[in-house]
Amino acid sequence: MEGLVFDIAHLLAGSLVLVSFMMLYQDRLYALLNVFAFHAVVLSLSVAWQAYIQDAPHLYVTALIALIFKAIIIPLSLHRIIARLGIHREIETVVGVVPTMLAGMGLVALSLVVMLRATAEADPLAREDLAFALSVLLLGLLMMVTRRNAVSQVVGFMSLENGLILAAAGAKGMPLVVEISVAFSVLIAFIVIGIFLFRIRERFDTVDVQTLDRFRGEKR
Amino acid sequence: MMALPINAVALVLLIPAAAAALLALLPGYRLSARLNVLASFSTLIAALSLFVEKPDANSYFLVDDLNIVFIVLNTFVGFTTSVFSASYIAHELETGRLTPTYLRFYHAMYQVMMFGMNLALLANNIGLMWVAIELATLTTVLMVGIYRTHEALEAAWKYFILGSVGIALALFGTILVYMAARPVVGEGLYGMVWTILIDQVAAFDPALLNVAFIFLLLGYGTKVGLAPLHAWLPDAHAEGPTPISAVLSGLLLNVALYAVLRFKMLLAANAEAITPGPLMALMGLTSLVFAGFMLYRRRDIKRLFAYSSIEHMGIITFAFGMGGPLANFAGLLHMTMHSLTKSAIFFAVGHISQVKGTQKISDIRGLTETHPVLGWGLVLGVVAIAGMPPLGIFMSEFLVVSSTFAREPLLALVLVMGLLVAFGALMLRVHGLAFGAPTGSTAPVEASYLPMFCHLSLVLAAGVYLPPALVTWFQHIARLLG
Repeated sequence: MEGLVFDIAHLLAGSLVLVSFMMLYQDRLYALLNVFAFHAVVLSLSVAWQAYIQDAPHLYVTALIALIFKAIIIPLSLHRIIARLGIHREIETVVGVVPTMLAGMGLVALSLVVMLRATAEADPLAREDLAFALSVLLLGLLMMVTRRNAVSQVVGFMSLENGLILAAAGAKGMPLVVEISVAFSVLIAFIVIGIFLFRIRERFDTVDVQTLDRFRGEKR
Repeated sequence: MMALPINAVALVLLIPAAAAALLALLPGYRLSARLNVLASFSTLIAALSLFVEKPDANSYFLVDDLNIVFIVLNTFVGFTTSVFSASYIAHELETGRLTPTYLRFYHAMYQVMMFGMNLALLANNIGLMWVAIELATLTTVLMVGIYRTHEALEAAWKYFILGSVGIALALFGTILVYMAARPVVGEGLYGMVWTILIDQVAAFDPALLNVAFIFLLLGYGTKVGLAPLHAWLPDAHAEGPTPISAVLSGLLLNVALYAVLRFKMLLAANAEAITPGPLMALMGLTSLVFAGFMLYRRRDIKRLFAYSSIEHMGIITFAFGMGGPLANFAGLLHMTMHSLTKSAIFFAVGHISQVKGTQKISDIRGLTETHPVLGWGLVLGVVAIAGMPPLGIFMSEFLVVSSTFAREPLLALVLVMGLLVAFGALMLRVHGLAFGAPTGSTAPVEASYLPMFCHLSLVLAAGVYLPPALVTWFQHIARLLG
């Protein structure tokens, strides 16, 4: 039983990393959103499994928030925003797929090396969980760097937050306060982003960050 | 006093929270501006009362000798900035840069930001501290973007993205600290309470603590504006309303630094973990030298002083990184002096850019002739920030340099070089701004000079005579910091 518990947790956390990789090479916005929704579903399964094995009912709440909020509400609203802005056809990667994937693999290797070494004394489940969480976090960062569209940067940021929630769920007995606040901060972050997108929409005809970059604060 | 159910800690938090709610509802900017000042003033009084009666630490809040400095400084500059803001925004409304609706939003956000910063400083729980810093960051993002120009939106977006990444890294570090604490402290709330952590940190797994500190330093270091991670800072300072630039430079950077210091104390108490000092000293020194050179190429007046903030946060981080009673003392003093001076400079710059209608350095000349009070105020502020005697910053910089010379002469050389480079740039710029043939509008300014001169006279007073009580107090904190 112990082995099975461990394997399932491992499988779910590993899948999260895999889905992160899938997000890296999506160049259509709608496809990206679908993969992100899938990412959130895997996260919520993973958190729910942690809730079950740790016997920590409050984690079910976190899983539920991830499922409802991140897998359904956010992708749907981003869908609508994209449709309204008419940018669904845009293809937007700064770096090619191959270098991005290679960089992603490097980051995952890095996080495994760092976390497994640093946590040599912790229990194996928590170690693996942390290593996967760091991978997801770094892949989210990588995605934010390689995209220039505001919507996909936001998606990158949210996948990064998913990694954080995975880490928090894996840390046994972490106080509820923090989990709710994490979920809450995502909510706030989303509102902020929503306002931003809205404002950007009012002022520009594109949400392409590169257009924004042209307005360097300091004119020559 | 003993039986009061509400203590000063609650007041410091409740006043801004209540004021924010009220300000969000009230129409009419005159009333709101006054209410903003009033709320900030009462928060300051509440913060000062912490000296008289220090509530005991519980699982969420803590008042000790270290954070009381930060809280008093925070509420004081928060109050003076609200006075400045009241005279600043009237002009913004006249020129139509802000509408009454946005102004209402601005005032409410100002108090939410004060609430977030006070909460971060008072928190005894590392999770709560993180939430509070995130709250303060999000409100400042909104404030930076409030003018809704291309530049403001870009600045806010950049700030938001970099700030969120920083804050995400900090949360990961926080989780790792909890993981390190769990085997020793046990599961649940106590694994995040700072006072409990510091008592038992000696038994934590050092490897995990090391990794945690790297994440925390990078995460909160982004918010401090340390060199490789500073990209958001100049834009955010230049494009937002000037009161926000003053608060960002004077306060928010300090709050993030405070978080780094708390974790540094944790690591220092664990014998086997890495010593966090050298990392901080390195980042600080890099920021100082980098910002010193960048100062020469600035064309925007607010950007100029934003880079100067990076420089000074570098000095402060360096001083705390060096550690030891003298360097810590110098760091604390420098932080206080920098907050006061930099916000005073931004008060002057705010009125100057309003009256001249531009932030471009090349378009502003001869201020001492057209606006003597503002011009000389700016000169005095820049002279102070550049570290000329007899002002307070000279003293703290002198202490940083001399304590470094005694221990690491080579580092001290780099430090002095950085200081001189920055000094040259600031002198060059202020000469152009303040003297020469005047350009631009000569219309009189409706400014309240009180906040600016109040800060500058404090800085001057500290440079001439530092009260022994303050010295003993700071020395005590410096020993606490280790």
